[in-house]
Amino acid sequence: MAIRERLSGNEAVAMAMKQINPDVVAAFPITPSTEIPQYFSTFVADGAVDTEFVAVESEHSAMSACIGAQAAGGRAMTATSANGLALMWECLYIAACSRLPIVMAVVNRTLSGPLNIHNDHSDSMGARDSGWIQLYSENNQEAYDNMLMANRIAEHPDVLLPVMVCQDGFITSHAIENIELLEDDKVKAFVGEYKPADYLLNKENPISMGPLDHFTHCFEHKRQQAQAMMNAKKVILEVSEEFAKLTGRKYGLFEEYKTEDAEVCMVVLNSTAGTAKFVVDQLRAQGKKVGLIKPRVFRPFPVDEIAAALSKFKAVAVMDKADSFNAAGGPLFTEVTSALFSKGFFGPKVVNYIYGLGGRDVKTTDIEFVFEKILDIASTGKVDSVYNYLGVRE
Amino acid sequence: MSKNKELKTVAPDVTWKDITQGGTIPWAGNAHLFKTGDWRSMKPIWIQEKCKQCLLCYPVCPDTAILVNEEGKRVEFDYDHCKGCGVCVKVCPFKAIDFVEEK
Repeated sequence: MAIRERLSGNEAVAMAMKQINPDVVAAFPITPSTEIPQYFSTFVADGAVDTEFVAVESEHSAMSACIGAQAAGGRAMTATSANGLALMWECLYIAACSRLPIVMAVVNRTLSGPLNIHNDHSDSMGARDSGWIQLYSENNQEAYDNMLMANRIAEHPDVLLPVMVCQDGFITSHAIENIELLEDDKVKAFVGEYKPADYLLNKENPISMGPLDHFTHCFEHKRQQAQAMMNAKKVILEVSEEFAKLTGRKYGLFEEYKTEDAEVCMVVLNSTAGTAKFVVDQLRAQGKKVGLIKPRVFRPFPVDEIAAALSKFKAVAVMDKADSFNAAGGPLFTEVTSALFSKGFFGPKVVNYIYGLGGRDVKTTDIEFVFEKILDIASTGKVDSVYNYLGVRE
Repeated sequence: MSKNKELKTVAPDVTWKDITQGGTIPWAGNAHLFKTGDWRSMKPIWIQEKCKQCLLCYPVCPDTAILVNEEGKRVEFDYDHCKGCGVCVKVCPFKAIDFVEEK
């Protein structure tokens, strides 16, 4: 029997980490992810885990310590937000290219400036090309579940890439909701032991990691890293299927909500998908054929699957809680339109809404406005503006 | 055995499918395979008839490029690894090491 609990998103992630019982957690506090290492350090102090907790002096050191620990042959985890993630920057790339399957909880917060502690996706979206797998979570349950699956995905021999599990700061991280937890022994059996093939503390087989890699071989390593990201898609689906057998909770590359006969669709990440599902239900009650797609896996981007799923709609609104400042659309929008174009689907009219920056509240009326807009586009076939801002004072 | 260990060498023409993951070097004691002698702009020349076998040159070589045989006598330079720093030239009390431009 699963355990019924009520936990915040941060508590849920800390609980997952407790059950995983990693060898090393190195972390530095930053709002709104602070509670994760805080709760975890109490587990360490109480002897509930065997983990070596390293209280470092910065996030750069946190990721560096994780890289060292994972290279040595341990399982390393951390958590951060916003500028903490930004301070990890160079280490993120080193972790990925060194093929170290570190797992990190990212509690999404606006990347300064202006200085702001509230939720948007500018932190993790900025790290989208760092070579990390990115899983996004709508609520505390998904954050917990994604954390439990992350090690399995990261450590798979065909992948060996670090994973970040993202959830919305405050909205998810600090809101207490019902949650179903797995028993400790089931988590232990599912996650399994970490047995790296090569590691620095193996005195039987000494190795060197992170050597100078010139133009003669660097390109081959990057190509190999790209293949690992391609391989990750299959592994994510396999691990998710096994997880579904264990828990009954099904996860794919993205979730489709009431899309079967929909004419228009909204693509939206994380907690806003919850608000948007409520609006979909309301509009459906009025007979409007609206649906929603919520990407779970942003890296690797499910190009084939998402393009095929979106191809049947007349109009699509892609919601971005981060701006790319490219004067042409947010990161999710450019990935989605690129997927449709490269797969030869030119049917749907696709528009972009940048919303909720700096934690600006996203109301059901905002979501309704977007659905009415794409319903209008679907009936007239006319798009007056592709790149839009939602909820900003004009 | 890991995939990395199956590889005997990181050959110059290795493909991305066969190269070690993340650039890991899966064996120890392989620095001798990396030939750094072609970095040299100046070359030390051992003048055997002037050499008294005092062996003062041997311990100062930063590249272990001065080889000593089983009888404890220094022999010819290992030009595959000598970078031409000239420390041995300075230390030799008998001017038994000449220093010329690399051609």
